[in-house]
Amino acid sequence: SHGRCLWSRDGRLLRGLVCAEHGDDSSQNEVYDIIISGGGMVGSAMACSLGMDPNLEGKKILLLEAGNKKVMDKVPDTYSTRVSSISPGSATLLSGVGVWEHITKMRCKPYKRMQVWDACSDVLITFDKENLQDEMAYIVENDIVVAALTKQLDSLSDNVQVKYRSKVVKYAWPKPHLAADSIPWVKVTLASGESVETKLLIGADGSNSMVRRELGIPTVKWDYDQSAVVAVLHLSELSDTESSLVWSTSHRLAEELLEMDEESFVDAINSAFWSNENQSELIETAGSLFRSALSAIMPSAGSPRQLPPSVAGIGPKSRVMFPLGIGHASEYIRHRVALIGDAAHRVHPLAGQGVNLGFGDVACLTHLLSQAAFDGKDLGAIQHLLEYETERQRHNLPMMAAIDLMKRLYSTNAAPVVLLRTFGLQATNMVPALKVSSLPSSSKHHWTSLR
Amino acid sequence: MYANTSSRLVLGLLSRQTTAGGRSASSGTAVCKQRALWLRERACLETPRRVVTCHSRARSASQPTVDPDEVRRFQSLAGKWWDERGEFAALHAMNDLRVPFIRDNLLNVHVARHPGKPLGGLRVLDVGCGGGLLTEPLGRLGAKVLGIDPVGDSIGTAQLHSSRDPDLRNRVCYRACTLEELSAEREGGEEEEEEGAGQYDAIVASEVVEHLADLETFAFCCNHVLKPGGSLFITTINKSNLSYALGIVVAEQLLRIVPSGTHDWEKFISPVELERLLESNGFSVQSVRGMLYNPASGAWSWTNSTAINYALHAVKVRDAEESASHPEGRS
Repeated sequence: SHGRCLWSRDGRLLRGLVCAEHGDDSSQNEVYDIIISGGGMVGSAMACSLGMDPNLEGKKILLLEAGNKKVMDKVPDTYSTRVSSISPGSATLLSGVGVWEHITKMRCKPYKRMQVWDACSDVLITFDKENLQDEMAYIVENDIVVAALTKQLDSLSDNVQVKYRSKVVKYAWPKPHLAADSIPWVKVTLASGESVETKLLIGADGSNSMVRRELGIPTVKWDYDQSAVVAVLHLSELSDTESSLVWSTSHRLAEELLEMDEESFVDAINSAFWSNENQSELIETAGSLFRSALSAIMPSAGSPRQLPPSVAGIGPKSRVMFPLGIGHASEYIRHRVALIGDAAHRVHPLAGQGVNLGFGDVACLTHLLSQAAFDGKDLGAIQHLLEYETERQRHNLPMMAAIDLMKRLYSTNAAPVVLLRTFGLQATNMVPALKVSSLPSSSKHHWTSLR
Repeated sequence: MYANTSSRLVLGLLSRQTTAGGRSASSGTAVCKQRALWLRERACLETPRRVVTCHSRARSASQPTVDPDEVRRFQSLAGKWWDERGEFAALHAMNDLRVPFIRDNLLNVHVARHPGKPLGGLRVLDVGCGGGLLTEPLGRLGAKVLGIDPVGDSIGTAQLHSSRDPDLRNRVCYRACTLEELSAEREGGEEEEEEGAGQYDAIVASEVVEHLADLETFAFCCNHVLKPGGSLFITTINKSNLSYALGIVVAEQLLRIVPSGTHDWEKFISPVELERLLESNGFSVQSVRGMLYNPASGAWSWTNSTAINYALHAVKVRDAEESASHPEGRS
C-alpha cells in the first residue's frame, strides 16, 4: 500500500491520505491497462495489434484464453474443415502485425473468382475483380490463422502477456466516475482463484460471449432453422483438388448428411449442384425471356460462366455440423468494456464474412486506443469507446443485413421469390457496376456455398 | 454561447483570490454552488488544522489517519469533477486541445526517447490543477507532475482519483498551496525533490489567469520556478467586446445563467496584453491560438480568432551565459 501527503500552506504536514476504502484485496491485484478475454482469431489479432503499436509501448496488456496454446510446428497434411475467407483488408491488417508471412509460409489459398449457383433456376452470379491478376481473397484454415497469431504473440512477450488455460469465472464491473461503493477497475476472476484488474476489458469471447451476457447487453438474434455442414471436397476437374464446402440446410437434412457414408454424401452434393428437380417450368421460361431481353439491350455483357463442380470425394472424417444464426449486440461498449468479433456480431457463414468484420473491429479499436494513449487519455474512457461503437455499427449492420437478405432470398423455393432473385441476379450479373456494389464496401466477394 | 459555457467551466475550476469582495457566493447553477463551497472551504483553511505526523511511505492500509468524512466529501466532489459528461464536460473536452498543444510544443524541444512516454523525464507544474483533469493526462504521457491549488478539497479529490491508478501514483503529486508559496521556498536540498526554484521544464496554467488580480507576481513566480528555456502554457479568456457581450451581458445579466458579478471582466486579459506582460518578465511568446467551444457537440476546436478563448505558449528566455553552460536536453 502507499500514502501521499498533503501539506499546509506554511509547510507543515496536514494529513497523510491513505487510500484503503476500496477493499484490501483489490489493492493487491495486478492492474493491467488492457485485458482481452478470448484468444481466438479476433482476440489474438487484437493482442498482436495492440502489442505492436508504438504509442502503447509500456502499457500492460494481457490476453486470457481458456484453451491450450495452439502451436503448429508442422502444417498437417489433411486440410481442416473450418476455414475462413480472408478479405484483402484483413490480409493487410494481418500483414501489419507480422502474421501474414507466417500464414503464407504455412498454407493459404488465394482465389480470384466466386460463383454462386441457384438451386431453383439456372441463373448464376459470379464475383470477380475486373483485373484477374489481383486476388479477391484468401481461403485460410482457422487453425493456421490462430497458430500464426500465437507465434507472433510469442515474439511480443515483452509487451503482451498471454495466459492459457485461464477460464474466466466472474466479472465485476466498475461504476462510472468514482462512486463511493464502486471498484475502480474491471475485475476478472479466473477459475484458478486468481483475480486481475484492468482499465479496459476487450470482450473477444465469441458468439456466446460471457462478457456480453454478464453486462446484460441486449442482443438481437435469431436462429435460422438451418445448420451448416462443412466438409473438404476433392473436385473432379481440378488438379489442385481440395475445396471447402459449406452446406446450409435444415437441421434434419444436416443431421442426415452427417450420418451418411462418404459415397452417399458425395452423391448428395453432386445432385444438389446438378439437379433440375427444383426448377419449375415457369421460372425457366421467365428466366430465359428476361435474359434475351437483357441481351438485346446489352449484347456483350456477362462474365464467363463456369459449370458447377462435380465432386469426386471428400476428405476423410472432415464432416462437421453447426447451427446457424445471426446475432447483433445492441451495444458494443460499456463503461471500460468493448466487444469485438463474434461477441458483438454473428453472421451466417455463407459469405465467409464473419472473421473479416472482427478484423475490422480490431483495426478500428487499435487505431482509437493508440490515439487515446498519445493524448494521455485513460484507455477505458467512454469517449473513444463510443467512437469505436458508432464507426463499427455503421459498417457492420449494413453488411449483416445484406448477408441476412441474401440468405433469406436463397432459402426459399417459392416461385415469386425465386423469380425475383432470378431477375435480380441476371440483371446484376450483366451489369458490372451493380455486381460490385451488391455487397457493401470492403468485402466484394462470396465463396461457394450450397443453399 | 461559447463564452457562457466557458464562463461556467471557468467557474467550475479552482479560483485563487488575492483580493476579497466583488464575488457573491450565491446559488444559481450547480457550478456556482460548487464555487460557493470552495470559497467557504478556503475560508476554513485559515484556521489551524490538526497536525498528524506520519511517515507516509511506510504507512500501511490498516491504520487510516484520514477523516472518513473528508474522504466522503472528496468522493462526492470527485463524482462531479471526474464525470466526463457532467458539469465539467467542457473542461474534460478541452483536454482534446490542450494536451496535444502542450505535448507537441514540448516534443519540439525535447526529443522523446521512449515511444510510449513522449514526456518522459520532464518535470511539469500544473498551477490551479483543480481535480486533476489536466494533471493526469500529462502524467500518463510520462512527465513527473506536481499539481497545486489553494483549495484543499480539490487537492484531496485529485489525490484520491490518481491514487487508484498504479501508473500515476509515482508520477503525479499534489499540494495545497499557491504559486507564490512554492516559488518562495528554498532552492534545492529539500526532501521533496519537486519543490524549489528553477526545477520545472514546463508550467501549465489553464483557465487560471482570468481569476488572478496580480498577474505580474504570477509571471515573476513562473519565471522563477522554470528552468531556463522552460515552457509556460496558458489557456484563458480574452478581454474583448465579444467576451463582454457573451460572457458578462448575456450570461450574467440577461439570462442570469451565471450570477451577476461572478466574472470580473476586468480580470480578463487580451493576448496582446498577456504577451506584453510575459515578455517584460523574461519570457518569449512562441505561439497564440484561438479556441472555440461548440456547446451543441460539446467539443472544442482550434480557430483563427482569439476573440474569446485562447491558448498561449511562452518560453523562459535563457541568459547568454546560461545557454553556454547548460546545453539543450533533459537533466
